[in-house]
Amino acid sequence: MTTYRASFYVGLKEGVLDPAGQATLQVLHQMGFSATEVRIGKWIQVMIDAEDVVRAQAIAEEMGHRILANPVMETFDVTVTPV
Amino acid sequence: MTRSMDAQREVGIVVFPGSNCDQDTIKAVRELGATPRVLDYRLTELPPLDRLILPGGFSYGDYLRSGALAAAAPIMDAVDEAALLGMPVLGICNGFQILCERGLLPGALLPNPHGTFISQLETVRVTAVPSGFSGLAVGDHLALPIAHHEGSYRIAEGQLHALFEQGQVFLQYSDPDGAVHALTNPNGSVANIAGIASGSVVGLMPHPERAMAEYLGSADGRRFLQAWFGQKGSPGC
Repeated sequence: MTTYRASFYVGLKEGVLDPAGQATLQVLHQMGFSATEVRIGKWIQVMIDAEDVVRAQAIAEEMGHRILANPVMETFDVTVTPV
Repeated sequence: MTRSMDAQREVGIVVFPGSNCDQDTIKAVRELGATPRVLDYRLTELPPLDRLILPGGFSYGDYLRSGALAAAAPIMDAVDEAALLGMPVLGICNGFQILCERGLLPGALLPNPHGTFISQLETVRVTAVPSGFSGLAVGDHLALPIAHHEGSYRIAEGQLHALFEQGQVFLQYSDPDGAVHALTNPNGSVANIAGIASGSVVGLMPHPERAMAEYLGSADGRRFLQAWFGQKGSPGC
């Protein structure tokens, strides 16, 4: 068994309105920055014990699909690395 | 109390950590002549029941996404099973979010586009009458309070038309006369959707349990719950 760190980035799908991102974009503009878009998502770290990286990746993907992201409105990327 | 009411009298009310509308819901159920049974989210089996309500609140502090963690609570397997057997299941506000996250209802509730929590009386129009309801007709409108930050209903691309075709959209935000248009949409929900039904499972963002009498601003919540119970309802009751 090896311990793996799964790093999830969960974000709203393209086209889904992101009120937090828009509010932040407005403030960036007020501060004089010339940003054009802000999208706010979540970073989730999960430690997983698994036989190998392939298995750890599979477990992580299942977590992402089943609960960490909502497929109706979100997408996720997950990177699995041994600790 | 009518005989049909007798047959429907045991109502399970599921309480999750962070539910906060359970007491109002218990009171409303009792006022309509039914018997509320409080169900802990850790149960894995349901006692004998006729109906189920998932009340509003902030289950699990709305962590991860509203309703997402409660949707994975131990009791939810039994809720799935009850729904599969045709038991009426009603999700109010956070309960609606939980039913969507569980996949018992289609779609998802996102943060309101203006970024604020809204707490106000809204008018909703009955767009379809879900199965088992009585005393409500298409075109009726009800004044019901909403109180949420994540109430913007969304459905995956290409599925909206089917929702309407199948009569799953049963409540839409409207003006006080029941007309549905962009200006009567408080939270950016697609097509002003306020409530969705799928078989015996029904969810809505407004709080009928907070509109049980005129002195609360509206008694239309009483009418809605009576309809859900299959009671015809009578004026002034």
